[in-house]
Amino acid sequence: MLRRYLNRIKPNFMPGGKLQAFRSVFEGFETFLYTPNSTSSSGVHVHDSIDSKRVMIIVVMALMPCLFFGMYNTGYQNFLGAGITDYSWWQPLAYGFLAILPRIAVTYIVGLGIEFIVAQWRNEEIQEGFLVSGILIPLICPIETPIWMLAVATAFAVIFAKEVFGGTGFNVFNVALVTRAFLFFAYPAQMSGDKAFISANPILGLGGTVSYSDGISGATPLAQIANGNTAVVNAAGDPVSTWDAFLGLIPGSFGETSTLCILIGAAILLFTGIASWRIMLSVFAGGLFMGWIANTFMSPLYPASALTPIDQIVYGGFAFAAVFMATDPVTAARTGTGKYIYGFLVGVIAILIRVYNNGYPEGAMLAVLLMNALAPLIDYCVVQANINRRLRRSRA
Amino acid sequence: MNKTITLKRGLDLRLQGEVAPGSASKPAKTERIAIVPDDFPGFTPKIVVKPGQAVAEGESLMHDKVHTDICLVSPISGIVDEVVRGERRKVLRVTVKPDNSGRKVADKSTDDTKTILMRSGLWAMMRQRPYDIVPSPDHTPVNIFVTAFDSAPLAPDLAAAVAGRSREIEAGVKALSTLTSGKVYITTRDGENIDVPSQAQHITATGPHPSGNAGIQAAAIAPVNKGETIWTLDIVTLARIGALMLNGSTYWSTTVALTGSEVTSPRLVDTVIGTDILDIIGNISDSPSHKRIISGNVLTGVTVSTDGYLRYPYRQITVIPEGDDVDEFMGWASLSSKKMSESRSFPSKIFGRKNFAPDARLQGGRRAMIMSGVYDKVMPMDILPEYLIKAILARDIDKMEALGIYEVAPEDFALCEYVDPSKLELQKIVREGLDYLRKELE
Repeated sequence: MLRRYLNRIKPNFMPGGKLQAFRSVFEGFETFLYTPNSTSSSGVHVHDSIDSKRVMIIVVMALMPCLFFGMYNTGYQNFLGAGITDYSWWQPLAYGFLAILPRIAVTYIVGLGIEFIVAQWRNEEIQEGFLVSGILIPLICPIETPIWMLAVATAFAVIFAKEVFGGTGFNVFNVALVTRAFLFFAYPAQMSGDKAFISANPILGLGGTVSYSDGISGATPLAQIANGNTAVVNAAGDPVSTWDAFLGLIPGSFGETSTLCILIGAAILLFTGIASWRIMLSVFAGGLFMGWIANTFMSPLYPASALTPIDQIVYGGFAFAAVFMATDPVTAARTGTGKYIYGFLVGVIAILIRVYNNGYPEGAMLAVLLMNALAPLIDYCVVQANINRRLRRSRA
Repeated sequence: MNKTITLKRGLDLRLQGEVAPGSASKPAKTERIAIVPDDFPGFTPKIVVKPGQAVAEGESLMHDKVHTDICLVSPISGIVDEVVRGERRKVLRVTVKPDNSGRKVADKSTDDTKTILMRSGLWAMMRQRPYDIVPSPDHTPVNIFVTAFDSAPLAPDLAAAVAGRSREIEAGVKALSTLTSGKVYITTRDGENIDVPSQAQHITATGPHPSGNAGIQAAAIAPVNKGETIWTLDIVTLARIGALMLNGSTYWSTTVALTGSEVTSPRLVDTVIGTDILDIIGNISDSPSHKRIISGNVLTGVTVSTDGYLRYPYRQITVIPEGDDVDEFMGWASLSSKKMSESRSFPSKIFGRKNFAPDARLQGGRRAMIMSGVYDKVMPMDILPEYLIKAILARDIDKMEALGIYEVAPEDFALCEYVDPSKLELQKIVREGLDYLRKELE
């Protein structure tokens, strides 16, 4: 029935039809609903059932545990900061849902809107890349980021980090991280500090008001450590254990606090083979290695060096960056050997920035962006090794 | 000395419609044959016959414009039916109807092995690397690689096709040995019983497809370097060459495996090369419009319609559903066990032990190269497929050379093309790259 409806309205969108300006949008929806039945015209006659839609959707599914936990944690932090103690389990979840919904909606509307326009302008099919970016952006931003800033940053990233390079598959930098970096450097006051990471106001009667004048600190554990606090506390002033941080009940960007949920996502990505295990493994190896070095040469000048390597992994955005950001196939190294080098350096640099630059309590974002820029160089060296091997054989 | 090569990377597609091993073949009549010059890249045809003219078996139908000794010959004695031309008078095919007179060409004008081979029509059945074309007689190959098995999906058993022809194989090796400065290698599948003459180097290979591709075997034994030429052929062609050397004429009969999920009873058919498809398959079904008939296997074969002909390498026909009439609702989200994939996001990959009946759909939209490392898993050569493809697309000759384009043929990229989530036409890209390179450098 739906198929017949689509067939009926299709002529309107074809060249010459009255809605031809929306052709890409129509095709986007049509191929979303029905697998295109175009058949191979050259080369192999059968194709693997996987396509880029399925690849993207699996990444989105792998992000779901982080999204749901992020909702719960947003509510939990608000209730904790507002001093609400008497609530049932669904209330923080509902609070978090209401807090994140407009942010997800705005990033998708802005990002997909630009993609639709560009696709139509270039007369191309709509590409699926932003399906993942659109969910990643709200997950890696503090919950108190103003919505208009999200919209501006998303537009900036999609246009200047992706479309000017040619669209999905051609970007040099990870689009979601460019959004985050744009916000971080353009609006530092709203993106860091004590008040960005806890949703402070009630929504539709749920939750309470967090009043920071009462001496409540909403700083993330890493920020507290960078400020020289030796004991990390939560918004209610109670100490935070490594176990709390592993579960994710700490202030932080919306979806990146729970190492447990990130590991569930990692399991999905690795089992389906969508993300590279080489990169994931080597980012964690690099982080643990650098964390161990920093911890071994502990110095009061650099308070974060007091953290154990395990703490370095579970606090902040490190695990999220390792699993979802560094593994972006377009911006990561593409050669097998290159992936090990790329991942290891992401891990090392993330901890390096975190520990030895007191200005930035978190280094994972900058580490991945820096390595995005260096990935082609790493690949160049690996490819050159293959070329040299062939040359040597030729001379021999 | 028997050497073994083990190829780990690759993939055996599990398809429905296999011919039961050991089944006997049945003969089919031949009403008409066609020789298609497009099957022989690098061969520019000059037609030497006219419609209505009588030709003997082994008589030349056309020769190459540059190397005029290289011929394509009629595999039967009969009357030339038509010379079909397409746009800009390009020769599409020459068809011949049999007269069953059994006349054979016996050319005794030369005893030079090379010339005999070129005139016999068998020369064109070999391929040279670089460029994957009909060998140029101007270059002496450093080695010659003969594959004795076909590892492609549902492919027939080549050992059975040359059973009882060990004398011919020996004569073939003897003849080819005189044409190379190096060695003749024969690669058999591990555990397969083929007598390899002592004059040839015997290699055994294990591993999934494309382990049966002569070019893949060559890459594992002695890869092609810049400036070198190698020849590749299969054991059936070798036996035909041997028969030519022993008897002065060769045989053009072939056993075709009729395979694929749309064939009601997969079977072997004895026929002649180039035979009309309908003579081989009969009336396959009530609705041929949604079937795809492939001469060859699903990876490298060519689509032929019911008025088509058996095409090079003349040993397999696969019939699969076309799939253009399928409306699959949100196929990208499907968990159906009928979806064939190498990705563990499909249950069929995790639990499935059954064979599949895939159709010819692309199963997705064409995209830029997004995922990395996908091709490497099915490419058992020391080649970086992504980078080579990009160099070809950029028409960067230095890069192509450096990344080893001389070692590859389009068929080596068939599995990459199958697994590619971006649905790029890799074999076409490689073919165009090789043609471009040859045009620029020769």
